[in-house]
This record gives sequence, C-alpha cells and structure tokens, in this order.
Amino acid sequence: MKIINFLRFLTQKRTPASVAKERLQIIVSHESNRKSGTDIIKQLQTELIEVISKYIKVDQDQIKVQLERSGDYSVLELNVTLPEGAALTREKEKTSF
Amino acid sequence: MKNSTSKVIVITSGKGGVGKTTTSAAISAGLASMGYRTAVIDFDIGLRNLDLIMGCERRVVYDFVNVINGDANLSQALIKDKRIENLFILPASQTRDKDALSKEGVGKIIEELKKEFDYIVCDSPAGIEKGAMMALYYADEAIVVTNPEVSSVRDSDRILGVLASKSKRAEDKETPIREHLLLTRYSEARVKRGEMLSVEDVLEILSVPLLGVIPESPAVLTSSNRGVPVTLDTQSDARLAYEQAVRRLLGEKIPFDSSAKNWTKKIWDKLALFRSPA
Repeated sequence: MKIINFLRFLTQKRTPASVAKERLQIIVSHESNRKSGTDIIKQLQTELIEVISKYIKVDQDQIKVQLERSGDYSVLELNVTLPEGAALTREKEKTSF
Repeated sequence: MKNSTSKVIVITSGKGGVGKTTTSAAISAGLASMGYRTAVIDFDIGLRNLDLIMGCERRVVYDFVNVINGDANLSQALIKDKRIENLFILPASQTRDKDALSKEGVGKIIEELKKEFDYIVCDSPAGIEKGAMMALYYADEAIVVTNPEVSSVRDSDRILGVLASKSKRAEDKETPIREHLLLTRYSEARVKRGEMLSVEDVLEILSVPLLGVIPESPAVLTSSNRGVPVTLDTQSDARLAYEQAVRRLLGEKIPFDSSAKNWTKKIWDKLALFRSPA
C-alpha cells in the first residue's frame, strides 16, 4: 500500500501552493466585479444598441444583455426583439450578421 | 518647495496585518529621501500606529480629526521628521469616533496638502469601512499590499473592486486610479518548496502591475521596534526591495528578481540563450 501511496504522490504533484491557487482562481473570478462587472455589461449594452440600430430600427428596451454565472462557467445572453417586418436599413452596405 | 504636480497615493489591502503601515512609512520615507516633499496621513482613526512605526509618537500634539474639526490648523498638526528633510506625518486621532472623517473634511485637507507637497501618502486602515473608503477616495494611485496567502489575495481582489467603483475618480468617470501590487512577506525558499503562492501565481489571479516584492525579513521587525522606516534603517534585503519599489513608483524601469537568482540560475539563463531554437 505504501508504494501505491508513493506513486500517487509522484503522479499528483499537487503542492499546497497549487491548491491555494486553484481555490483562489475559482472564488476570485466569481466574486470580482471589476473584470466582468455590471459596468462592463452596461457599456456592452449601450454599444450593442448603437451597432444594432445602425442596421435595424429597434427600441432600446428591446435589447437585453445578461451575464449569468452557474457552476464554473458564465453565460452571456443577448436578446434582441425585432419589430414585425423589421427591415435592414443599410442593406447595401452590409447584410451579414 | 514642491517640484511637481501632487499625487495622492493610498496604501491599502483589505486584510489587516499584511504590512500597510510598514509600507506607508517605508515608501513615504523613500520618496522624501529622493527629494520629494512628502506627507503621510494615518487614516486609522482610533487605532493610530503610523506615528509609532515612524518613531514620532511622543511628538503628537494635534491629529487629523483636530484639523478636520477646525481645532487646529495643518501646520500645527503635521509632524516634521527629524531624520530627513521633506517628510511630514499627520497622525490619526485616538478617539473612537469613526464618523469623524467626512468626504468634505478629508477633501479639504488633501487640497491644502497638495499646495505644499509632491506626494500625499494615505495609510489606510484594514477593512472596507469608512476609514478605508476615505483613505482611497481621493487617490490618484493605489498600492495594494498583499501577502502570498489565500485570505490576503481574496481581500486584495475585493479592494481592487472598490478602487474601481467607489473612488472619486470612478464616480467622476475620470481616468481610473493607477493600481500597483506590492507583495510582502515573500519567501523564495517556501515558494520553491511549493508551500507558498509565487509572484506569478498572485499576478495571474489579481492581474495588477507589480511594484515590488518585499522578502520576509527580520529587518522589518527590527526597524519597527526602533521606530525607523525600513528605507531609513541599516541596509537589508527588505530595504533594497522597498527602495526599488519607490523607484519603480517614480517611473524607473528596474528588472525584478535579479538579486534573488543564484549564480547557477544565472548560468542556466545564459545557456538558455544558446539553446533557443529560434
């Protein structure tokens, strides 16, 4: 049994420092408001509205941007409600989305 | 006379006991000895200690709160350091009234200090309560003091979030506070044994530019016992590291870690140049 433990020790290579780093990386990215905070989401939302309204006539409240976190991943959700029969206003320049 | 536009630097950390006051004393003494007129303010109302670390505890007459309340003027409260020119200390009060600090009151004092000083160093208390908020509110630059240890790193992350959202610069939507990371109580030997987070680990987690790495050193306790800022005491590894941090703060480019590398590592680095495939 001792040999198995020793082999396990050799293969794992998890030092106390690397355990600390892993634990911190999980909580820091989840607690931090500075890199993926609400300010950035707001800014992203206004910029998206600017870009989308270049091509389609939409109201500001028809565009929703949300960042949701679950487990160890995050989901950025973008919802654009197009008005009925929405037309691309600058079709000639660019139509691909 | 002051010789440049004034800068307000906050020394902060979130967590207590990581070396904020030691750093405030060392950095302000370092700046002053390089010829910059420097004032260092203790924001830890009720638990003042900067005066003790700077060795001027018996010369405190008036304090920060006295000046805010108009019981004394700045020139009466500022204590001139006896060892070097250009260094002044504004001690905290010992009364426990934490509401003594107001945005307006602190702002007025900082404006007044800016007329006279190149650098205004704000020694923040631990935590994220009023005192800590007031210490960082008017800052142009921030030195986040961090130990290579989980709770300190997490608290530093929290305080970085506060700097980015609750400071005057953030509220006025100006250029954000310039952030610096100062890693203290660092043990190269323990990092090598895998027992302690390395500089690279902490930088990866916090992603803030590195100002310096202060080794765990007996010199720090010796200096505080005697009331001498580390940068004014006898030569030591900690003093050298603090001096380099001060020079980086002033914009000098000083490479990291060259002294920490032993000669075998240096030879390996040289050999690596020949080995590189590109």
